[in-house]
Amino acid sequence: MGTFIAKRLVRLVGTLLAVSFLTFLLVNLLPGDAINALIPIDAQQDREFVEQIREEWGLNDPMLVRYGRWLGDAVQGDFGDSIVTSRTVSSEIFHRLPVTAELMLVTVGLSVMLAIPLGVMAAYREGTRLDQVISGIAQVFLSIPGFVAGLLFIYVFAMKLGWLPATGWNRLSNGLLDNLRTVILPALSLALIEIAVYTRVVRSDVMNTLQEDFVLSARAKGLSDRYILFRHCLRPSSLTLITVVGLNIGTLLGGTVVVEFLFAMPGLGKRLLDAIFQRDFMMIQGITVFVATIYVLVNTAVDLIYMLVDPRIRKAD
Amino acid sequence: MPLFTRLCLGWLVAIVFGAIFADLIPGLQDPNYQGFLFGTSATNEPPSLTHLLGTDNNSRDILARIVYGARVSLVVSMTAVIMGTVCGGFLGALVGFVRGKTDAMIMASVDVILAFPGLVLLLTVVTLLGRRDLLVIATVVGFLSIPPYTRVARATALAVSRREFVMAARAIGTRKRTILIREILPNCLPTLMAFALVNAAVIILLEGALAFLGLSVQPPTASWGNMINAARVDLRINVWPAVWPSLALVFTVYSLNVVGDHIRRSKAVRSAAL
Repeated sequence: MGTFIAKRLVRLVGTLLAVSFLTFLLVNLLPGDAINALIPIDAQQDREFVEQIREEWGLNDPMLVRYGRWLGDAVQGDFGDSIVTSRTVSSEIFHRLPVTAELMLVTVGLSVMLAIPLGVMAAYREGTRLDQVISGIAQVFLSIPGFVAGLLFIYVFAMKLGWLPATGWNRLSNGLLDNLRTVILPALSLALIEIAVYTRVVRSDVMNTLQEDFVLSARAKGLSDRYILFRHCLRPSSLTLITVVGLNIGTLLGGTVVVEFLFAMPGLGKRLLDAIFQRDFMMIQGITVFVATIYVLVNTAVDLIYMLVDPRIRKAD
Repeated sequence: MPLFTRLCLGWLVAIVFGAIFADLIPGLQDPNYQGFLFGTSATNEPPSLTHLLGTDNNSRDILARIVYGARVSLVVSMTAVIMGTVCGGFLGALVGFVRGKTDAMIMASVDVILAFPGLVLLLTVVTLLGRRDLLVIATVVGFLSIPPYTRVARATALAVSRREFVMAARAIGTRKRTILIREILPNCLPTLMAFALVNAAVIILLEGALAFLGLSVQPPTASWGNMINAARVDLRINVWPAVWPSLALVFTVYSLNVVGDHIRRSKAVRSAAL
């Protein structure tokens, strides 16, 4: 088990290095000179001034040297300065992260809470009308992207009914209720696809578990169906769910960009978009690496949790 | 095939034909013609005989823009599917069959690309390229589609390599290259095709999101995503210009999923019967 963890951690470091290098490569090799973002084009007539700025920002060094310097700073939590606002990239990330983190937590929590009962019920009533209805709804949800769902919710709940604000964000420090009022619609928009995916996973897993001998023996003992479903079946069936949640974090992180844009939320995704529109290379680089790092970390954590929960995998190594 | 699946397939066929032959459809208007400039139509018109789905906030015909917008979805998803199956499929089948160092190296790079959340990587690459015509978008999306297909093809090739007919071919001394082309690749293809349908749906959603952010093909070129984005600001005045492209997008993705599921299920039945 120790070697397994060690191997996994070595791979993690390798992946993170590769991810950061690829991002650096992308940002630096592709057309578009960072100098254009630093100095307006018409001010670039002054060659001496341009050279001075280039020297100051270290743009003249070979790429590997710049990567090394950037990486050295990055592992200490310094992603450089935004070339537009001249605030540090890490302070911007730190400032924006809670919004995105809350959005994702609420989305995943909401989805799991809805998907487990739906999936279990569909599996229990496999082939019946109820199963067909649940699976049908999941199929529809799977086809509704966050921005379509978001617009629909804004139209119905904000414009027509006036129950919730259409855009904006209330920090948690402004009170829990006010905060929840601004997070619920964005989270729900993202949740539709997640609910569909999780429901399908839970359904097929519980269906498989229901075939197992221990379920039969529990039935023979006369335990109630509800007890068997939630006590005996759910735990072995939840492993795949954990993995799928982990894998889907990637799509979800992408989804937060769109939803934060639509609902004008001051999150990480919105900041990335702003950086993209301003061509703020340092910021794009920092946020991209940060987001990819989170994604890689989550998936490593899922692998490790998987191993802790399921003893068979521990032995296999 | 159940009636409902047929209906979905019918919708997909209609979308594909509409996108390809948009110029030849009789009575379909120019998607970029702004009637209010010439006094022939107004902005945000309700559906009428001249504009079956009404006009948008630039007085352009919504139906025409949806039909032409299908082109973007079609070109991008087809490029992704073709580049994915051809490059990713071949690469995955190759490394799944030969294993060893090549396998480790290729899969390590695949893992790195898949370590980025799809939309975030796409956003970054598209921005840094600085050009946003259909060719660039389709190529970038196509290139980023190679890793997932590689993974699927490799997993299938690993399983296929252990089958009796591959062992038999090895035993009679068939050259490795011939085994790869004659035995491994054809047997990976059905799985890849089933994956391609589901992946096409994912790609259409991805391009839709990109367009919705205003980072896919540049307006006035119509795409479903940028139509929804353009209609977003006038949602309070007129909701229909947002509804129609949303429905087109959702129906298309839904149909792809339904047809994909059907194929996967019938394929599972076939392989179980073997």
